[in-house]
Amino acid sequence: MGIVSPGFQGRPRTQEPALPPGQYLTEDFPVLSAGPTPRVSLDTWEFVIAAENGTEHRWSWQELMALPQETPMVDIHCVTHWSKLGTTWQGVSLDTLLDGVDTGAHFALAHSYGGYTTNLPLDDLRGGRAWVAHTFDGAPLAPEHGGPARLLVPHLYFWKSAKWVRGIRLKTMDEPGFWETAGYHDYGDPWREQRYQGD
Amino acid sequence: MTEMSYLDGNMLDGPLRELFAVDLSTAMGRCENCGMTGSMASLHVFSHAPGLVARCPSCEEVMLRLVRGPDRAWLDLRGTTFLQVPLPLEQTRPGPL
Amino acid sequence: MTERAVATGTPARAPIRWQVGRLVERRVETPSAQTLVLEVPDWPGHLPGQHVDLRLTAPDGYQAARSYSVAGPVVDGPGGPRIEVTVQRVPDGEVSPYLIDVYGAGDPVEVRGPLGGWFIWRPEETAPVQLLAGGSGIVPLMAMIRARRETGSKVPFRLLYSVRTPDDVIYADELRRRVRDDFGLDVAYVYTREAPEGWRGEPHRIGLADVNTHGWPPDLEPLTYVCGPTGFVEAVADLLVGLGHPSRRVKTERFGPTG
Repeated sequence: MGIVSPGFQGRPRTQEPALPPGQYLTEDFPVLSAGPTPRVSLDTWEFVIAAENGTEHRWSWQELMALPQETPMVDIHCVTHWSKLGTTWQGVSLDTLLDGVDTGAHFALAHSYGGYTTNLPLDDLRGGRAWVAHTFDGAPLAPEHGGPARLLVPHLYFWKSAKWVRGIRLKTMDEPGFWETAGYHDYGDPWREQRYQGD
Repeated sequence: MTEMSYLDGNMLDGPLRELFAVDLSTAMGRCENCGMTGSMASLHVFSHAPGLVARCPSCEEVMLRLVRGPDRAWLDLRGTTFLQVPLPLEQTRPGPL
Repeated sequence: MTERAVATGTPARAPIRWQVGRLVERRVETPSAQTLVLEVPDWPGHLPGQHVDLRLTAPDGYQAARSYSVAGPVVDGPGGPRIEVTVQRVPDGEVSPYLIDVYGAGDPVEVRGPLGGWFIWRPEETAPVQLLAGGSGIVPLMAMIRARRETGSKVPFRLLYSVRTPDDVIYADELRRRVRDDFGLDVAYVYTREAPEGWRGEPHRIGLADVNTHGWPPDLEPLTYVCGPTGFVEAVADLLVGLGHPSRRVKTERFGPTG
């Protein structure tokens, strides 16, 4: 610990029980980005689930919108310590998308327009806990927040909720993604504060 | 605001000086993806992220990533094929007797 | 000028450690910017354009660090070397409001530097220099202007300084004085929101005509330094390259929106 600067508090860090350890509450929606914002036209947008046997399942934008829609209201927790409570989204559950996919894989690697990747156990995409979200707070998801569509997996740190999501590759072996190859945790449970490898 | 802003590679000096004895922002680096060689100070650094991501100003591919945990740092340079670091001229040393 | 060590720019031989600095003086520059004079006993010296990291620690161990350009040459004080940084208030920022409103004389702050060997001007350079500042991007450029005078350099300098309103000019009095006293220094302004009384022209964002009129032509092979918010730096760098300045002679430093 460094030398305390008298009177310095930093951002308010609440002890609210609703917040995982080490998080502070924010009302705005900080934009984090590891690169330039990709511009994706809805005409060419697609979402692809590739099973471990090579079979691909594709959805165009129109096909995605024609699927049953859900409106999750969830808390989100970013590994950079901010949390935002009660955010409202609209999107398609991964249960719906994985429904017709024949797989014995245990892991998933989400990949995005712009090249981003993130890994997570396939089970965490199931059970009503993950969506391909295209609407935030009643409006189309803005490009800087991952629009046209992003993965939404709110029970894990938010870097797992890949912006500009383009598809998911199902894997028999866990393959670390963009941040996971640079020190971040393969699972990333905010309640267990799994920020870095080994946490 | 629609486009995330980035910073210059100059800003890498502070974070990298925790690891290195030289100022790598004055080094030249070669991009693994497009082959462009240029000053590390000219990289585009995205810092509003869980770590620092430095991209080639020419092709925007990632050349360097630095993640700082409380007691550890991770440095990924797979996007950089070499670093050329300026050093003071070696003084001529007396030869062996 | 004293003989206090000035960093030579050769690579340091050890990682730079945090050390403790203390506030000895503060000066109000504009309604939203202040200069802090810090006493840093083991400061090794620096080159104009280099920056320093300041780190704050809360009683519970929470830390926040920010980079600031060093605003001028080292000054010798009774307790050791002193450096100046100029802090622009970032609304809703975490560090700048503390440094401006709360941080008191004698209080400690952790300091790491000097940092950055790229965006620097060496007084032994002989090429003419053009400086283009957007807002608080003036700070490292002012360090170059001050170092020029301090070292007796005769290299001609031109500064083009873009500000929102006349009240936002940092170092306004000193710049006026230096234009009078520092032979070979020219200063011009661009106002983006509100121009002073009697200023010719309308408020506008910096454009080709401004850079062309107040900068050096490319055939003089000037050294160019551009510092400001990312949008400003992008726009100005494009204008300069469009005018024929080779990009390797245009050094840039972008400011992030953290505070």
